[in-house]
Amino acid sequence: MANEADQIVNTEEAAVENEINAEAETTETATETVIAENVETVAETAETTEGNAIDDAYEVENYAKEAYEHTSTLSEAQIKALSKKKISKGELKRQWVLLLISFIFVLYGLLFYYLPLGGWVMAFQNYKLKSGLLHSKFVGFDKFKFMFEFDVFEWGLETTGNIFSAMKIWIDKVVFIRAIRNTIGMGILNLVTTFIMAIVFAILLNEVKNKLGKKLVQTISYLPHFLSWIIVCGIIHDSLSSTGIVNELLRFFHIVDDSYNFFAHQAWFWPIVAFSNVWKETGWNAIIYLAAITAIDPSLYEAAEIDGAGRWGKIRYITLPSIAPTIVILLVMNIGNLLNCGFEVQYLLGNGLVQDVSQTIDIYILNWGVGQMDYSLGTAAGIFKSVVAILLILIFNTVVKKMGQESLF
Amino acid sequence: MKLKKDDFALNYTNSHGGERLSDEELKAIKRMAHKNSRKMDGWGWAFVICNTIFLVLFTIVTLYPVWNTVAYSFNDGLDAVRGGIYLWPRKFSIESYNKVLNIQGFMVGAKITVLRTVLGTLTSLIANALLAFIMSRKRFLFRSSLSLFWIITMYVNGGMIPVMLLFRYLHLTSSFWVYIVPGMVSAFNVMVLRTYMEDLPDELEESAQLDGAGYITIFIKIISPLCKPVYATIALFVAVWQWNSWFDAMLYNRMKTEYTTLQYELMKLLNSVMQTSGSANGNNNTSTAKQVTPVSVRSAATVVTMVPIICIYPFLQRYFVTGLTIGGVKG
Repeated sequence: MANEADQIVNTEEAAVENEINAEAETTETATETVIAENVETVAETAETTEGNAIDDAYEVENYAKEAYEHTSTLSEAQIKALSKKKISKGELKRQWVLLLISFIFVLYGLLFYYLPLGGWVMAFQNYKLKSGLLHSKFVGFDKFKFMFEFDVFEWGLETTGNIFSAMKIWIDKVVFIRAIRNTIGMGILNLVTTFIMAIVFAILLNEVKNKLGKKLVQTISYLPHFLSWIIVCGIIHDSLSSTGIVNELLRFFHIVDDSYNFFAHQAWFWPIVAFSNVWKETGWNAIIYLAAITAIDPSLYEAAEIDGAGRWGKIRYITLPSIAPTIVILLVMNIGNLLNCGFEVQYLLGNGLVQDVSQTIDIYILNWGVGQMDYSLGTAAGIFKSVVAILLILIFNTVVKKMGQESLF
Repeated sequence: MKLKKDDFALNYTNSHGGERLSDEELKAIKRMAHKNSRKMDGWGWAFVICNTIFLVLFTIVTLYPVWNTVAYSFNDGLDAVRGGIYLWPRKFSIESYNKVLNIQGFMVGAKITVLRTVLGTLTSLIANALLAFIMSRKRFLFRSSLSLFWIITMYVNGGMIPVMLLFRYLHLTSSFWVYIVPGMVSAFNVMVLRTYMEDLPDELEESAQLDGAGYITIFIKIISPLCKPVYATIALFVAVWQWNSWFDAMLYNRMKTEYTTLQYELMKLLNSVMQTSGSANGNNNTSTAKQVTPVSVRSAATVVTMVPIICIYPFLQRYFVTGLTIGGVKG
C-alpha cells in the first residue's frame, strides 16, 4: 500500500513540476502582454482624442516605442501604473455612464448596508425612539454588562473557586450566555453533519454507474432545498408527532408502547435541528463536490488503477485529495455563517419545554430588541454576533493559509 | 482483491527490453487494470449493495415525508386525525383544499407572494447584472474599489435592530416595497455574474466600441444575450428566495394584513400546532387537534405553497448546477 501511495505522490510531483514550468513561461510572456496592452491602450487614447489623425498616428507609434523601451528599465509595477494613467485620460469620457451607474449603486449600498453600521452607536446609548440617535443618553458598556452579567461569573468563581464550575453556573443562570452556547453548539453540530453528509453523498453517488438512477436520485436530493423552512419544520414536526412515521416505526418494533414526544426532551432538540439541516441541504451542498469530482483528470484514476488501487484506494488517494481545496474553501466561507445558522428552525420548532437549549442569539435579539423594544440591548447582542463572526473568519482564514491551502483572501 | 503488479507492468517492460510501450499496449494495460479495479469479488459486491441501499434509503427519507403530506391533504379531515395514513389517502376528499382557499389571508398572501416573486426577481436581476457588468469591465477605473465595497457587505452587516429602525425611518415598513427594495442587490449573486462575464472574450467589447457603441448598448445588445444561462441561474435563486421568505413579512408587516405572504400565513397555521407540542402530554390527540388547525388542512396549505416550486425546479437543474459551481468554486 505504501508503495502505491509513493507512486501516486510521484505522479503528483511530476504534475506540480509541470505546473511550475508552465508558470515560469507565463511570467516570461506576462511582460510581453503588458507591453502589448500598453500599446493598445495608447492606441485607444489616440482614437478618442480629436485632432489631426496623421499626427496622432505618428505620436502613437512613438508612444508605443517609448513604452516598449521603458519596459527594459522599468519594473512591472511601474509599467502597470503607467498603463493605468494612460487609460484614465482617454477612457474617462467614455466611462461616464459606468461612473454614474456605479455611483447610484454605491449610494444604494451606503444606505442599506453601511448606514446600519452607524446604528451600532445605539448599543452604547439608552436609545429612545422619541429622542433618536442624536439625543439619547450615552451609557457606555452598560448594555453589554447587563447582557453578560459578569458578576454572576465572578460570584461563581468566588464560591466554587473553579473556572469550569463557575462557567457552568454562568451558563445556567444567564440567558445570553446560554444563547451563545446554543448558537455555537448547534452551529458546529450543523456545520459538521451537513459537511460530512454532503461529501459522503457526493462520493457515493459518483460511484453509481447507472446513469438514469444517478440522475433520479440527484434530482430528488435537491427537492428539500427548494422548500421553505416553514414547510420543512412542519414536515419534521409531523414526522415526529405521535401519529407520525417515526413513532409508528418505534411502535412497530416495540421500542415504545404509546408514543415518544421528541419535542418535550431537551436532549433531542439539537439532533433534530441538525437532522433538519441535513435533510434540507445535503443534495444541494453535494452539487459543488460532484462538480469538483467530475473535474478530476481521469488519467489520475488510470494511474491509480495501474498501481492496483481498488474502489476504496481511488477514493482515498485520488478523489478526496482532489476535492480537498473545495472542501477547505467552503469551510472557510461557512465558518462566518456559523452564528447565522441558528434562527429559523429554532424559532419554529422550539417551545417552552426546550427553550433552555433552543434559544439562540438571534432569538434573544428578537425577544429583547423587537419584543421588549429594548433596541439598545438588541443592537449590542447583534454587535457581539457580528464581531465574533468576523473574528472566526479571520482566524480560520489565517490557519488555512498557514496550512498551505487556498484561502479566501 | 489486490492487483499483482508483476502481472502486467513489470513483465511487460522486461519482455520488451525496457522499450516504450505502444499506444495500443498501454490501452490494453489500462483496460485490464480498470477491469481489475472494479472486479466483482466479495468486497466489490458488498460495496455496490451497501451503496445502493444507502442511496435508496436516502431517497425514501427525502421523498416520503413530502408524499405523506400530499396523502394527508387529500384525506377527509376528521378521518385524518386518527393518523395511520402513509402513501395513499384513506377517505378521499378535496374538502381541505376548499377550506384552505377560504382561509382569510391565504388568497391575499398568494397574490402578494406571486407579485413579490415576479417583481423582485425582475428588479433584482437587472440591478445585479448591471452592477456585475460594471465590475467586469477590465478597463473601468474604480473596478477594484467597487468590488471591495460590495464584498465587504457579504461579511459585515448592521444586524437586525439597526436595519429595522432604518426601514422604519425610510417608511419601508408597513409597505409592499420592503420585499423588493432592500434585497435588490446581493453581493454573492453579483460575484457569480461577474465571474461569468469576465470569462467572455474582451474582443466583443472592443469591436463594439470601434463601431461606436456605448456601454449601455454593449450591456444590452452584446453581453446580456451571452449571459442567458447565468441570468436564469440568478433569477432562479432570487425567485426561490422571494417565494420562501416569511421573516420579513412577520417583522415589518405584521400589522398589515394586506401585505401578508403565503409563507407567513402557512407559518401561522403550523405554529398553532408546533407550540402545543411542548406541553407535557402534547400529542396531537383529538381534543387538542380540534382547537388547532386539523392536520389535513395544514397539509393542504403546505401542498399549495410548495407545488409551484416543485413543478419548476427539475427543469432548471442545469442552470443552478452551473451557477453554484461558479459561485462556490471560483467565487
